[in-house]
Amino acid sequence: MELSREQLLDAYRYMRLIREFEERIHLEFATGEIPGFVHLYAGEEASAVAICMNLGEQDYIASTHRGHGHCIAKGCDVRAMMKELYGRRDGLCGGKGGSMHIADMSKGMMGANGIVGGGPPLICGAALSAKILKTGGVAVTFFGDGGFNQGTTLEAMNLASAWKLPAVFVLEDNGYAESTASSWSIGGGDPIKRAAGFGLVGRSVEGHDFFATYQTARELIDYARAGNGPSFLHVKCTRFYGHFEGDASTYRAPGEVAAARNDRDCLKLFRDRVNSMGLLQAPQLDDIDSEVVALIGSAVAAAKEAPPPDAADLVTHVYSSY
Amino acid sequence: MANGIRAVTVPKWGLAMTEGTVVAWYANEGDQVKAGSDLVEIETPKITNLYESPASGVLRRCVAKVGETLPVGALVAVLADEEIPDADIDAFVAQFAKDFVPESVAESGAEVLKPQTTEIGRRRIRYLKMGEAESTPVVLVHGFGGDLNSWLFTQPALAQEHPVYAIDLPGHGGSSKQIDRGDLAFLASAVFELMTALELLSAHLVGHSLGGATAFELALSHPEHVKSLTLIAPVGFGPEINMQYVEGFMRASRPRQLRPIIEQLFANPALVGRKMLDDIISYKRLDGTVEALNTIAGTIFKDGRQAVELVPRLADLAIPLQIIWGESDRIIPAAHANGLPAPVRVHFVPGAGHMVHMEKAEEVNELIETFLHA
Amino acid sequence: MARKSFREAINEALRLEMRRDQRVIIMGEDVAGGMGAPGEQDAWGGVLGVTKGLISEFGPERVRDTPISESAFIGAAVGAAATGLRPVAELMFIDFAGVCLDQILNQAAKLRYMFGGKATVPLVIRTMYGAGLRAASQHSQSLYPIFTHIPGLKVAIPSSPYEAKGLLIRAIRDDDPVIFCEHKMLYDETEEVPDEAYSIPFGEANLTREGEDITIVAIGRMVKFANQAADRLVSRGVACSVIDPRTASPLDEETILESVNETGRLVVVDEASPRCNLATDIVALVATKAFSALKAPVSIVAPPHTPVPFSPALEDAYVPNPAKIEAAALAVMG
Repeated sequence: MELSREQLLDAYRYMRLIREFEERIHLEFATGEIPGFVHLYAGEEASAVAICMNLGEQDYIASTHRGHGHCIAKGCDVRAMMKELYGRRDGLCGGKGGSMHIADMSKGMMGANGIVGGGPPLICGAALSAKILKTGGVAVTFFGDGGFNQGTTLEAMNLASAWKLPAVFVLEDNGYAESTASSWSIGGGDPIKRAAGFGLVGRSVEGHDFFATYQTARELIDYARAGNGPSFLHVKCTRFYGHFEGDASTYRAPGEVAAARNDRDCLKLFRDRVNSMGLLQAPQLDDIDSEVVALIGSAVAAAKEAPPPDAADLVTHVYSSY
Repeated sequence: MANGIRAVTVPKWGLAMTEGTVVAWYANEGDQVKAGSDLVEIETPKITNLYESPASGVLRRCVAKVGETLPVGALVAVLADEEIPDADIDAFVAQFAKDFVPESVAESGAEVLKPQTTEIGRRRIRYLKMGEAESTPVVLVHGFGGDLNSWLFTQPALAQEHPVYAIDLPGHGGSSKQIDRGDLAFLASAVFELMTALELLSAHLVGHSLGGATAFELALSHPEHVKSLTLIAPVGFGPEINMQYVEGFMRASRPRQLRPIIEQLFANPALVGRKMLDDIISYKRLDGTVEALNTIAGTIFKDGRQAVELVPRLADLAIPLQIIWGESDRIIPAAHANGLPAPVRVHFVPGAGHMVHMEKAEEVNELIETFLHA
Repeated sequence: MARKSFREAINEALRLEMRRDQRVIIMGEDVAGGMGAPGEQDAWGGVLGVTKGLISEFGPERVRDTPISESAFIGAAVGAAATGLRPVAELMFIDFAGVCLDQILNQAAKLRYMFGGKATVPLVIRTMYGAGLRAASQHSQSLYPIFTHIPGLKVAIPSSPYEAKGLLIRAIRDDDPVIFCEHKMLYDETEEVPDEAYSIPFGEANLTREGEDITIVAIGRMVKFANQAADRLVSRGVACSVIDPRTASPLDEETILESVNETGRLVVVDEASPRCNLATDIVALVATKAFSALKAPVSIVAPPHTPVPFSPALEDAYVPNPAKIEAAALAVMG
């Protein structure tokens, strides 16, 4: 699969953007300034970017509580996202949602979801709309290995199959559902077989490999867009941080994260690959790195200065009209 | 009247009436009651009306209780002389209850008449036909915000001797609500189109309020098809119009808001029952109704005055014309009928408001019938 | 205008709105019936026949049978509503809310607010509620208080065929998620219902009758019972005002308070289980905003704090009825 130079630069930029966003949040959260819970996506960037690069404005995604990466990859405004995490009035959701509910319907981002398994049924709905309104759209739902055991996810796969919906079910299997291992919690031990049980075509990829993920996602998204029905993608990946910020992650083996950062960092691997194939040069990528660091830095600064919502905002947007 | 005991029963107002609800008594047990005096107020789905005593006598028993709903023909009260013992009255009431069979459709021999609808072009028009006589038909046209039920007490009376068609104007009743225009020519053409569709080559027109102006316009445009014109409190005979009523009618969305507005239509506000208000609100909720009323009011009552002037056009009318007006009309002043040129017959009805044909139905029906015979 | 049943009125509302707006779709278990089966299509038209005939006019794309997966299809209805359709999903029995409650309370109700106003969820969930059919505890509840409690949801509870058609049309045209509660014992009730489409506003109670002695607020099927009790109370010299709130959320507080200010006496009739039901909410409203008008303590007519029993003798004792309402009113009159 040929990716243009622009696309490669885009891919790298998006992944770097997510990485830098998450790493910075990790630091800022520790100061106590960011309210509530955050769940960091660092380490899984290639999954979000490789898949979302195959989607357009008419396509919808639904995310999980670990939603910053999907949000950025789907083209949401990073500065507005940062303000949202800080609960500011000009945040992406007006300060009303926060990290766990970050969303932008205008970009086809149906939201991070605070309920495990909340996304899959919603995405069946978006796929149904695309089908009935004939938009040519496809709907992609991300869920983790924990969400893969939630009844809603299983029912949604079944429904998508019974209704032949243009949907893709993406399992981002980072090995842990909160503190328990996916190898233990996934009954049957074989996600592809489980999906096949619902009639879904299934593929498996190493999630730190941007190119493999991009290619496979492309096939499944095209498959759905052509009207062939839903499919399933098992993305094996790793998260560099805990389930939530504040999680000591004592359930992981010593050195496990360090090894992952060393051997399975999708950004490092992307660099190596594009370098070795002569597609892009290090200085270009370094420029992107600096630009992103500056952007995130300025986004954080702006977020810290941004005004909170007005008292009146408490009661707005509950209904369209009451 | 057996043994000097007289039964007072639930009257039948209109062919469709099957039951009535007692709202209030106007005399007490033991009172001497004169024939024709107000006895009891009865509510029907269409209107609340004062039932006048059919005979004189002492009101010995108020059989029906306030709030009670009874079928047409059921015992409401007993009139008798003072001397007749209570035991006899009791026996009479009991016997009546035993013998009484509510009027059924088969027994009454009358069909429960239903309105019909017809498609004329892209428009649906609803109308109700009563009467099988082989004489010149009568067409009844209601006013702003009304419908064919406005002729509840008129149509059955006239139907004794004529085929009578009560029509729903566009935007009203069961006719299409989507209208592009609200002017008289449009309304008149809708009525004429129905007459044509029903092959009514020549008809007596009776119009109330805006329906009156509509009938007048039709008579001017198609004089060969109109035998006579009866206008009841018509629009078009002067500039004044009670805009507070018109605007209030269009604005009110709940019975309590609507009641004081609708009461203005009558000299006696007690005639306005809850069901009448519910019917109006139900009509206004229909898709397109409020828009239609706005279109018509915006044209006919532009700038808060009547934009229609029919008096100058009387000279163009070669058809017999009578005008009937309730003296206590609070919507359009009865004075509009003053000083009209000679051949126009004008009758003022005392003790009646804008809805004179409902409030003083017998008198108005007689005036119309006499005019039609002339 | 013709005499139509509650069932027919609802069917008509769906039909008229589906004709008017191509985005309106219906989904639910057996809403057509027969999907994939060798026999008749439209085999059921809904378990009690409410949606019969719609698939023949609108086809299987817009009238969708679902597998028995409430969380999937109710969630799909939410997602579809947020992305351009106007779904009317059927939750067959309100008692099944348990298996899709997240989709209703955490997704449908909250997307708009959590996304800062940037999502719109024009969803209707039609659902059957109420006792009287001997369907026992898991098919007879009146769970509308649970939905009334959730900000972001609207709740409509029609009391008659005319009300049902107008409120459902309004619900479909509403841009917020509406839980439309149909009492299963009302389906065969008939009333004059206009043939045309019409809409009854939300948050506007119906003062079904006016009387100066006592106010009775009743919900859903209880409105009919309250009016029957009011008829009997006339002969006892008690004139009742009977209020049908029509929508539990939004609630027409003004009409209720205005009436209590006039009569000074209140009975609330609610078929929902007595702890934290709609009656307690209405009584709290009156206690906080019309306390000084009260001439007597408020009375609530509700079932006992039990699941709905199966045996007819027990179920009949469970459900509020006109006699109980009459007795409560007389007690309040003193």
